[in-house]
Amino acid sequence: MAASESYPDDLRYHAEHDWARVDGDEAVLGITWFAQDALGELVHYEPPNEGDTIARDSAYGEVESVKAVSDVIAPLSGEVLEVNAKVVEEPETVNDDPYGEGWLVRIRLADAAEVDSLLNVDAYKQVVAEA
Amino acid sequence: MAQMLLNTPLHDRHAALGARMVPFAGWEMPVQYEGVIPEHLAVRDDCGVFDVSHMGEFEVEGPRATALLQATLSNDLDKIGPGEAQYTLLTNERGGIIDDLIVYRLDGFRYLLIVNAANRESDLRWLKEREIPGSDVRDVSDEYALLAVQGPRAIERLGLPEAAQFTFAEGEIDGIHCMVNRTGYTGEKGCEVLVMAEDAGDLWDRVLERGAVPCGLGARDTLRIEASLPLHGNDITPDTDAISAGLGWCCALEKEFSGAEELRELKARGPERKLVSFVMEEKAIPRRGMAIEGGGEVTSGTHSPMLDRGIGMGYVLADSATPDTQLTIDVRGKLRRARVVKRPIYKREE
Repeated sequence: MAASESYPDDLRYHAEHDWARVDGDEAVLGITWFAQDALGELVHYEPPNEGDTIARDSAYGEVESVKAVSDVIAPLSGEVLEVNAKVVEEPETVNDDPYGEGWLVRIRLADAAEVDSLLNVDAYKQVVAEA
Repeated sequence: MAQMLLNTPLHDRHAALGARMVPFAGWEMPVQYEGVIPEHLAVRDDCGVFDVSHMGEFEVEGPRATALLQATLSNDLDKIGPGEAQYTLLTNERGGIIDDLIVYRLDGFRYLLIVNAANRESDLRWLKEREIPGSDVRDVSDEYALLAVQGPRAIERLGLPEAAQFTFAEGEIDGIHCMVNRTGYTGEKGCEVLVMAEDAGDLWDRVLERGAVPCGLGARDTLRIEASLPLHGNDITPDTDAISAGLGWCCALEKEFSGAEELRELKARGPERKLVSFVMEEKAIPRRGMAIEGGGEVTSGTHSPMLDRGIGMGYVLADSATPDTQLTIDVRGKLRRARVVKRPIYKREE
C-alpha cells in the first residue's frame, strides 16, 4: 500500500529528493515521498557496502522501479554504518513507508557542519512545488 | 519547438482515471493507472484492458492485393483463409525487419494490417512505393480505436464465445459493433477489439464495467517481455534479421519476398548472433543497451512481477544461445550473472 504524500518537519532535506534524520554524530538517510512517487513501485535497491565512505551530493546507491533506475544522492558525507536489509529484500517498503521502515542507510557523519546546508521542510516543499 | 503529441479517442477517459501519461511514438499514452505491478497481475490473474489505439491500421485491397503482400511480407498468406490472422514481418532488401505486424484476411481480395505506431509512416511509404496495378493500400488508422482485452477471464468477461487464437470475427459487446481479433501481446488469452473511433469511449466504459482493469504501457512492456515477445525498435529493427531474432518460423523462405534470398543465405550459413531470453541469477535489473560479455547486448530488460527477478532479451554469440548458458551482464559497472532460458520466460502452468 503506497503511502500518501507527506514531508515530516523533523527531517532535513536535499534538493535531489533525499532526507536525513540527524541524531548526534549519526544520521539515517532515505528518499522522499516525491522521489518514490516519481519512480513508482521500487523493485530493486543497490546499496553501498557497510564501511563505505559516501560524499555529500554524490550517488551512494541506486533504486529501481520497473521502468527506471535512479541514483540516490547523499545529503551528507560520512561512513556507512548500516544498510537497511529489509529494503534490499523488499524494496517496495520504500513506497509503503518512505520515512520509517523504508530508510536506506545509517551513517556516521564526517562533518556535522554539513547539516546546516540542508533544506528545512518548508524550503524542500518549495522545491517540490517547482518540480 | 514543442512537440505536438497525438491523443487517442480515449484520452479523456485516461485523464479521468488519473493515469500517468507519457509520450510514446508521437502519442500521449497512459503508462500506468494504479501501478505497473498490480496492472500486470490483473492480466495474469483475471483481465486487463489496454488502449492501443495508437497502433496503425492499413487496408490493402484489390485483385492483386495478395500478390503485393506476398512480395512484401515474410509469412505465406496462402496458409490463412478469410477470418484468419497471421503474425508476419515487413522486410527490407537485406532481410532486415521494417516492422512486425498482424495481417487479417478479410476476404480473398482484402486485408487489414495492424502495425506498430512508431512505424506507421515508414510502413505506409514502403508499401505505397511497391503498389502494383490492382492493389490499393490505405491508411485507415484515424477511423478506428483498438482495445486489447487480455487475461484468462477476458473472453468470459466480455461475454464472447470461445474461438481459436489468430482468428477474428465481427462481434458485438453490449450492443457496440466491433471486430474481435483473437490476438494479443501479453502471452495470455484474450482479444484485440477494433471499434469505430466514435464508439471507443462507450466500449471502454462497458469493458471497465465488465471488470477489466485499465492497464498502461508499463504493464504492456513487462507482460510482453515475460512472454518473450519482441518489441520492434528494441529487439528487432531494420538492421536485425528474422533468422537471428528467432523469427524464422514466420518467414516462408520457399516464396519470394523482399530480402528472402539474404535470409536463405543467412539460414544456410547460420547467424553470428541470436536473440535469446534470459533471467538474472543475481539481484539486478537488466536494461536495454547493457553489454553482455562476449560481444552481446541487452535489447529489452525489466523486473518480472511473476518471477520476482530481473529478466530480459538480448543478442549473444550463437554458441552462447542455448538454454542454461551462463551470461554475464554489465549492470552499470557491476558484473551480474544471468542464464539463457527457453522462450517464453514465463508461461502459465496448465
